[in-house]
Order: sequence, then C-alpha cells, then structure tokens
Amino acid sequence: MDLRTTYLGLELAHPLMPGASPMADDLDTVRRLEDAGASAIVLHSLFEEQLAGEQLATHAALEASTESYAESLSFLPSPSDFRLGPEEYLEQIRKIKQAVKVPVIASLNGTSLGGWLAYARMMEEAGADALELNIYQLATDPEESGQMIERRTVSMVRAVTSAVMIPVAVKLSPYYTSVSSLATQLDDAGVDGLVLFNRFYQPDIDVEELEVKTHLRLSDSSELLLRLRWLAILAGRVKASLAVTGGVHSAIDVVKSVMSGAHAVQLVSALLRHGPYYLKFILDDLVRWLEEHEVDSLDEIRGNMSLERCPDPRQLERTNYMRVLGSWRPAW
Amino acid sequence: MLPREEAIAKIKDAIEKTYGKRGKMVIEQNFAAVDAALAHLHEVAVPAAATSTRHRPPIVSEDAPEFVKRVSAVMLANKGDLLPVSAFPVDGTWPTATTQWEKRNIALEIPLWDPKVCIQCNQCAFVCPHAAIRAKVYDAGQLEAAPEGFLATDYKAGEFKGMKYTLQVAPEDCTGCNLCVTICPAKDRTNPRRKAINMAPQHEHRERERQNYAFFLDLPEIDRTLVTRLDTKGSQFLQPLFEYSGACAGCGETPYIKLLTQLFGDRLLVSNATGCSSIYGGNLPTTPYARNRDGRGPAWSNSLFEDNAEFGFGFRLAVDAHARLAGELLGRLGGRIGDDLVTALLHADQGDEAGLAAQRERVAALKARLAGIDDADARRLELVADYLVKKSVWLVGGDGWAYDIGFGGLDHVLAQHRDVNILVLDTEVYSNTGGQASKATPLGAAAKFAMAGKEVGKKDLGLLAMSYGHVYVARVAFGSKYNQTVEAIREAESYHGPSLVIAYSHCIAHGYDLQFGVDQQKLAVDSGIWPLYRFDPRRVAAGEPPLKLDAGPAKVPVIDYMKNEARFRMVEKQNPQRFRHLMAEAQRDVTRRVAIYEQLSHLTVPTTAPEAGAAAGEKPAEK
Ligand SMILES: Cc1cc2nc3c(=O)[nH]c(=O)nc-3n(C[C@H](O)[C@H](O)[C@H](O)COP(=O)(O)O)c2cc1C
Ligand code: SF4
Ligand code: SF4
Ligand code: SF4
Repeated sequence: MDLRTTYLGLELAHPLMPGASPMADDLDTVRRLEDAGASAIVLHSLFEEQLAGEQLATHAALEASTESYAESLSFLPSPSDFRLGPEEYLEQIRKIKQAVKVPVIASLNGTSLGGWLAYARMMEEAGADALELNIYQLATDPEESGQMIERRTVSMVRAVTSAVMIPVAVKLSPYYTSVSSLATQLDDAGVDGLVLFNRFYQPDIDVEELEVKTHLRLSDSSELLLRLRWLAILAGRVKASLAVTGGVHSAIDVVKSVMSGAHAVQLVSALLRHGPYYLKFILDDLVRWLEEHEVDSLDEIRGNMSLERCPDPRQLERTNYMRVLGSWRPAW
Repeated sequence: MLPREEAIAKIKDAIEKTYGKRGKMVIEQNFAAVDAALAHLHEVAVPAAATSTRHRPPIVSEDAPEFVKRVSAVMLANKGDLLPVSAFPVDGTWPTATTQWEKRNIALEIPLWDPKVCIQCNQCAFVCPHAAIRAKVYDAGQLEAAPEGFLATDYKAGEFKGMKYTLQVAPEDCTGCNLCVTICPAKDRTNPRRKAINMAPQHEHRERERQNYAFFLDLPEIDRTLVTRLDTKGSQFLQPLFEYSGACAGCGETPYIKLLTQLFGDRLLVSNATGCSSIYGGNLPTTPYARNRDGRGPAWSNSLFEDNAEFGFGFRLAVDAHARLAGELLGRLGGRIGDDLVTALLHADQGDEAGLAAQRERVAALKARLAGIDDADARRLELVADYLVKKSVWLVGGDGWAYDIGFGGLDHVLAQHRDVNILVLDTEVYSNTGGQASKATPLGAAAKFAMAGKEVGKKDLGLLAMSYGHVYVARVAFGSKYNQTVEAIREAESYHGPSLVIAYSHCIAHGYDLQFGVDQQKLAVDSGIWPLYRFDPRRVAAGEPPLKLDAGPAKVPVIDYMKNEARFRMVEKQNPQRFRHLMAEAQRDVTRRVAIYEQLSHLTVPTTAPEAGAAAGEKPAEK
C-alpha cells in the first residue's frame, strides 16, 4: 500500500499528522505521536501578540510599587536567565528536532511585519523543516476593506517566503469573499502549501451574568464539509500543496479529504479527545479501507472528487444550495 | 553638558541594559517614550518676576487639630528636622486618626456611584483597602442640608425600611486601584459595561465629591446596636476606624484590618508585628487608626518581628490585671458606689453591642459617683474603670512573623489558655522587605531566595494550631466568601481562649494587577490551594466535629490559579520543564491537603474518658 505524499516539498510516508496545538508542547507527547506514526509534527503557534503582552504584563508586575517604599526597591525576583522572548519556543523546536525523525513544522502568528520576518527567520535557524503561517484575524474595523486586508496578507507572505529558505504554508480562515482569488495570489507569492481552514473560538453569551464567554469546543466530522468543498475547488488550480485541518475524525474523513485533493491531513480534536495513539488507529483503518476498495496508492484517488474531476461539479458549486432547500421537507 | 545625540544614545544604552531581559516590546516602548519626549520639547519662557496667582494648598487643612498643624504638617512638608525634640509627646505615644489630614490625591480616576443600578450589597466598601468608599443608612430628614449633587436613594432591604442609603467615595483618599469597580456585581442591563460604580477622572469630580464626602462624614453613624445582622453588608454600616493608610493601591491585607476596626474598633488593642502592617499601620507622621465620635478607637503598638506574640500576650495580661484591680476596688468601695451598680458592673453580659453599650453607661455612672467619693481607692478606680468594658486583644502580623521569625513566640502564646486573637495577614512572602520567601510561600512560587520556584509545600500553620485542641483556628479569604471572613473573625473574638485567623492577602509581590485580587482569591479557594475552614473547640462539647469546611471540593486545577500570577509564571519563563514539574507537584500537594481536611472534618472528639481498664483490653463492666 502506497500512502506516500509530498507536502510542502517534504516527502512524507502518509498524510496524517497532528495539527497545530499544545500537543507538541510536551516532548513525551511528541514521542508518542511519532510512535503512533505521525508523518510530521506541527507545533502550536508562536503568537507575537502574546509575547508582547506577556513582556508588558511581567514588566508591569516587576515594576509595581518599586518607587513607593524606602523598605524595598522591588517585590519580585528578577532572574538573570529570564526568557520573555521567543527563546522557549525556539528551544522547543530544537528539542523536538532532536527527539523525532519526522519533519517538524513550526507555526507563527505575527502582528507586525517585523515580527513575522524576525520570528520566521529564528524558527528556520532553530531547525524547523517548514513554517506554517497562522493568519488569524477578525476584521472588525469598518475602515479596512477586504482588499486592503488581502493585500497586506499577500505582501507579508511574500516577504516571509523570500526571507527564509524552508518551505512556507499559509493557514487560512474560510472568511474571505473569494478564497480562490486569495489562494491564487498566495500561490503567486510563492507559498508552498495552503492549510484549510483554521477554526476560531466562538464566543457565547451568559445571559445571567451578562458576560461573553469563550469555551474550547472540539470539532466533529460535520465541520469537515466546508473544508472538502474548498479543497475540491482549489485542487489542481494552485501549485501549492494542500492540507486539511478541521473536522477529521475517521479514516473515511481522510479518504474524503484526499479525494478532494488534500496532500496532508491534520488532526487535532480527534487526538485531544482520544490521545496520540488515535492517529495509528485511523491510519490502520485507512489502510483497511483502501485494501477493501482495491486502491493501491493514495495518488490514485487524490483529487478524484475535485471540482475538475468529480462527476457532477454543480454539486460543489453554489447552485446546489437552492436544490437542497427545494428538496427539504419539514420532519413534523 | 553632553551633545544631544550622544546623550540620547547613552539613555537608550541604559534602557537596553536595565530592561534587556524584559523583552523587545518593553525596550521599544521605552525608546518610544524617549523619542516622544524629544519630539514634544518646547521652550518655556521664565519671566523676570513670578506672575502666577495660583497658590499651593496648605499642607493640612485649617480644621486640623493643633498637634497635626504644629508637628505632623511640618514632617509632611519634609521639614521634620526643624522640629525640636520638645515638640514630640514625652511618652512616645502618638495621636491617632491623622491620615485624614494628609490628602494625597493620588488617584487618576475614582469610582462614581449610580444609585439606580446599585443593589446595595456593600461589597465595594468591604474590599476597599483604604476605606475610601463607604456606605451609610440614615433618616431622610438629614438630606435637607445636603449639597447639590449629593446622591441618595431609598434603602432597599427590610431592616432599615424607610431610611436613605448613600454610597460615597473619598475622592482625595481613594488610590484609584479599581478593586471596588472590578468586584461590583451590579451591571447596567442596557449597557453591561457600566456597573453601579464606574471609574471617572478624579480632577473633574474632585471638588463636588469632596463636598459630598464632607457631608457624608457628618451624617450620623448608625446606632451599632441596630445592626443585628453582622454579615458582609451589615459590617459595612459600621464606621471603619482604620482609614487611608499608605498601603499599596489594591492591597489585600488592609480590608481585614479595616473589618476588625469596624467590628471591635472602639475597644480594640492591636499589637502589630513588624512588616507591611506595621509600616502602613503607623507610618509617621500620620496614623490610619482612627477614632469614633465618642473619641474611642483602637490602641495600637508595633513590636519586633521576633516577639510580637509575646508582646500582645502582655496586653492581655495587663488588661486582665487592670480589670481584676477594678473588680477588687469595686468590691472594696461597694456600698459607697451602690451595690446594685457594683453587681451590675461585675456581672454584665457583654456578648453583644447592646450589652457593651449598657456596660459603658454603667462605667460612666460609676465615674460620676466616684467623683463624689473622697478616697484613694476611688482615685485608683477612676484610672482603671474603663477596663470594666471588655477589650478585644489582637496580635496582628504577616506570614514572615507568624510562620517564620515570630513562630516560636506565637506557638508559645497558643499553648497558653488566654483570650487572645491572632490575625495572620498571609501574603505568602516577606512583602515589606521586597518579597523574600517565607515558610508560607507556596510550592512552585518564585520569590527572593527561592528564585527558581519553591520546592517545598507551604507550612500548614492552621493544622499545627489545631493539634492543640483548645485553639480556635480559621482560614479565610474574603474575596471568595465575605461572610465566612466576617463570621470567622467574630467567632474568634467571642472564643475565650487563643484564636488564630489566617487570612489570604493578595499582594503586589504576587505579580499581577491587584484589581483582580478578588478573582484570584476565588481561584485560590476553588482550586483547593486555600481551603476555607473554621475549627471551633466549642463544637466538641456538642458532639460535633470541631472542624467545619466552608468551601466545596476543588473545582479547578491549581494551574488555573497559578498561571495568572507572575510569581508562578516566572518559573516558566526561566525553565518551562521545571514549571510543569512544580505545577504537577503543587497539584499533588493540594490534593493531599484537601483530602486531609476532608477527613478531619468528619472527626468527632469523645468528651468522656475511657472507662478504667478499657485500655488493658478488659471488657468494661456492664452497668
Ligand atoms: C487547544 C487547541 C489549540 C490550538 N492551537 C493552535 C495554534 O496554536 N495555532 C493554530 O494555527 N491552530 C491552533 N489550533 C487549531 C487546530 O490546529 C486546528 O486547525 C483546529 O482545531 C481544527 O482541527 P480539528 O477539527 O482536528 O480540531 C488549536 C486548536 C485547539 C483545539
Ligand atoms: S478605587 Fe480602590 S481605593 Fe478607590 S474606592 Fe475603589 S477600592 Fe477604594
Ligand atoms: S458593590 Fe456595586 S452594587 Fe454593591 S454596593 Fe457597591 S456599588 Fe452597589
Ligand atoms: S506589599 Fe503587599 S501587603 Fe504590603 S502594602 Fe503592598 S500589597 Fe499590601
């Protein structure tokens, strides 16, 4: 059975890997993921905003009241090997590189062009085999048009791809007017892969306390459908390789993703729920399914259900919404 | 003078050197401040003669007492060296109630009240570290003289029906710490960002609020005997006799002291161990301990770190000796004073405010009668008559005192069977000297002398004290359960023996914005790291377990509490693996302790001795 795939130019044994999450924070978990057969390891994102916030908060805490009392000029220790920059993250890249044989993909969420560039270079230096740029923005500013946001994103990505030698993937959210157009622009900017799609925390409302609350909610397979459609639309149309993230929970989900054109399949919720070894379980199941269906290699079926090749592309396009509505009858 | 470019380069070098470890963002913001200052330089023309018509306000108000004007004000003006020794009180005592004359005006923003939204819970008054927001209920008639803009509303609950309620900020004494607004539970439904109190610029509101506050202070204090429900809310109608101290904005210690003075202030004696509470408690030239309208207030003295418990124990002995002497003299003078009065004085029930008020009246009557008796004993009794009113002796200090340096003495005092109350303001470090680790520092926290994170768990002072059996012990955290704090302090006071109250006190040495102190207190309790309990030996006689847990089982992992404070996060920033290890250890430690308390809370203590011979395994004889 040939499960091999090429993602971001990396030759991988198969498409299954853990997606960006705190799983890679712990070396034991990383080793267990490799034991479970993960074809690559993706780290959680380094958030530039969080680094800045922590620096300022820690600084404020260390400085508080230091000018107030003759008895003391400080109230907290200020260790000399204090690391409030990206050191911890970079160290983790190095440790994971030493611990596993599979490629290691670092993830970055920047807030400034300087930050994106500087941290990308540091991650490359620390030994990351590839980068995932986690573009995570909620456009709340009415002054800023979609075009402006896209232009800024593309020029940032262009700057990063020319600043580092290692392959670069971009993880997108589905909230763009034209995902196809943005994907093409990013493709032109030189990205090596697109990761579809990030998944945001959805704030909820507590009506008693009058508070907005955010909870971590793990995904289920229903969330895959949105990804499948856009994979199918982009497959074959961009040079960049494609990864799916969001809603993959079973071997069938993997088959669907590959059929829609995915080169890599990332798992987070499934592994958080069932543990790292679940990756092996899905992988074995995948092999079984392929054998049962007499498929010899994943390449055979990759993209066979894409917009270009599926039997009825209209099903993937917008018109089907009306038909679905038309065929729907209330159940009561 | 250095050339500008060179000077700026040197300044920036110094910034890099000082803050290099704190990260890029901190450096950049410092640079930006320097650049912004340069960009906004402008020349100020100095006229040949001063033309301003503005004058600095006087150091203290004209209304201040003579001593404050003559001595304190001179020291406040930093001219204390000019004072002759003869200006000071000869016996070393210092007048109380003087912080009120030092108007510091340090808040940029102060809380303003919206009576329509307020649910009159008084929690804001409870948490205020500086007694700078207060609540009163009073008769509507009082409002006739109110200044314009003075806010009042109908009192909502049953006990003072028909009276008016006002919540008032002290604009010049508030430190702007934001704690009261953060904890206020009442939100404006149409705009939940607004609460029943909201921060507003101090300078815009100072003048009006100053007048309002002056009027508010003049409103009559509530009759203490009418406040029958002494809980969070009720306690805050009692006048605080600890106010406007120099503690840090948002300090977690001072609300406990303020509460002590509200509950027992007019008969309170405090012996204070050295530490933050002794500095803000008697930070010359002003004193935050205050007096009520009758001129009564706490008496306070500071002693050394190593002997405060013994020092306070001495208060008890002295008070008892005076009371005994008064009793003897009453007996000797008996008939000349009037036997009824003597009997009433000697057997007075002083268990509540009404009883105390009645005893005070009797003492006043006694003094009046003594004036007419020409006898040396009468003169002596006049001197000690006030000791016939029950005193409340409190030994106060921080964890550095109680857990560490003063522990030997503290233990010694616990081992006696005398009526002293001990309040430990536990910030889990030596706060005043700059955050050195004490035996109260929890596992995993970084502190000076435990920079890499403390490896040993917090000493369990409460459990040690419980092992005596005759000591009342409570662990409290007002932010988690206000009422439990009030109840524990009242029970401790009412217990005729040694009482120990260990009070969680958030502190700047924990490393976070103290406006969230109450949230952290909740998390400390919810994670089990700070169990709430009351161990009352009086329950033994009723056949009940003496230990009563006041918080449910742990609801969140300790890391949820710890990750919010720089003292714990700092370990992560030095060594993430060690941090994870210590967090796991801390969790294990907490789980173990919670289990111990849980088991102890079911333990009853037999009150009768075993039958003779039972120990030797003989079957007790049938009765
Ligand atoms: C706890 C948690 C942490 C995550 N952290 C990151 C992150 O740091 N960077 C990122 O790009 N995505 C992050 N994600 C999103 C996941 O990588 C993934 O895209 C998303 O969970 C959808 O995949 P799933 O359905 O397999 O969970 C996180 C998700 C979870 C549940
Ligand atoms: S802001 Fe702080 S000092 Fe001012 S009233 Fe509120 S709690 Fe008190
Ligand atoms: S905390 Fe809020 S609701 Fe409660 S008394 Fe203060 S202002 Fe009113
Ligand atoms: S150092 Fe801590 S305990 Fe001392 S006054 Fe400041 S906040 Fe209060």
